[in-house]
Amino acid sequence: MPDTGYPGTGYLIAVVAVAAAITVALRAAPFAMTATLRSSAPVADLGRHLPAGIMIILVVHLLGDVPLGSALVGLREIVPVVVTVAVHLRRRHALLSMATGTAVYAVALALVPI
Amino acid sequence: MRQVDHRNALRDVAAVGPGMGVLGTSFGLLVVGSGLDWWWAPVFSVVVFAGSLEFLLVALAVAGTPLAAIAVTTLLVNGRHAFYGLSFPLDRIRSRAGRVYGVLALTDEAYALYTARPDTSLSGPRIVTGQALMQACWVGGGTVGALAGSGFGLHVPSLEFVFTALFVVLATEATVVGREATGPLLAVACALVAQLVAPGEMLLVAMGLFVAALLVRRRISAAREAAHA
Repeated sequence: MPDTGYPGTGYLIAVVAVAAAITVALRAAPFAMTATLRSSAPVADLGRHLPAGIMIILVVHLLGDVPLGSALVGLREIVPVVVTVAVHLRRRHALLSMATGTAVYAVALALVPI
Repeated sequence: MRQVDHRNALRDVAAVGPGMGVLGTSFGLLVVGSGLDWWWAPVFSVVVFAGSLEFLLVALAVAGTPLAAIAVTTLLVNGRHAFYGLSFPLDRIRSRAGRVYGVLALTDEAYALYTARPDTSLSGPRIVTGQALMQACWVGGGTVGALAGSGFGLHVPSLEFVFTALFVVLATEATVVGREATGPLLAVACALVAQLVAPGEMLLVAMGLFVAALLVRRRISAAREAAHA
């Protein structure tokens, strides 16, 4: 399965099933919770601070795959990220930020090919 | 009455639907670009229906990631959804089937669109129709993208950045809304430590460290408050 290097249909079905089951459980969880647990301080605290941190970890994970062979390759990956953040902080429009970042990446990719 | 609900739902979704369609299209392109058959795009989007996680799942699946790691990643990446139900207006939906779908399709967009609006005219059918329209945009976009990718051999390398950009935007938005810097800084530190110590299991280690760090931080601030009291 994992070490054949390519995902088989059975494995992919399992991936979809596991992800769907956990996602549904998470979405249904608060409706099954007791009132005390719903308003408990640690639950509220995690709810407030988890999302930003998890997203940041994912971004670092995605950038972690970047080969740091040359400064130019590093710049090609970092500059579009910085532009995306800058545009988003200024306009707070998700689609615009993503479109601008991707356009910058397309230009960077043309200047510094893989 | 019902017609009004449908018209209102259409107006609600007009704000987010096109964006979901575009993002769905790039998801479809990613699916076939990763070497999977085109129909996996609608399968992921109908069964899982969690945009940002689906991008991640394709990358993890292609790398042959063990199911246990997929489970923990889903738990942590979608963990935020466990908090949406605390304030989503599910009580407006009367029918049983509608309530079940309302929970199944409780995405970031559904939460953003239908929570935090003290609109008394917000009816159950309007919410459910809105959610179904959003899923239609997402599944439709994904299918179109996947078919375009496999049919015309359309391969746009720069589109892979859409995936990174999505997480960059979500991280920026959540950091701004969170209004505090130590949490995000802790996350960066956990991510870098995990990248150094366990590059193969970076996501698991980093997310585990981060949850632990948040709980410890809470303990410390609670102890400090108790000392002051």
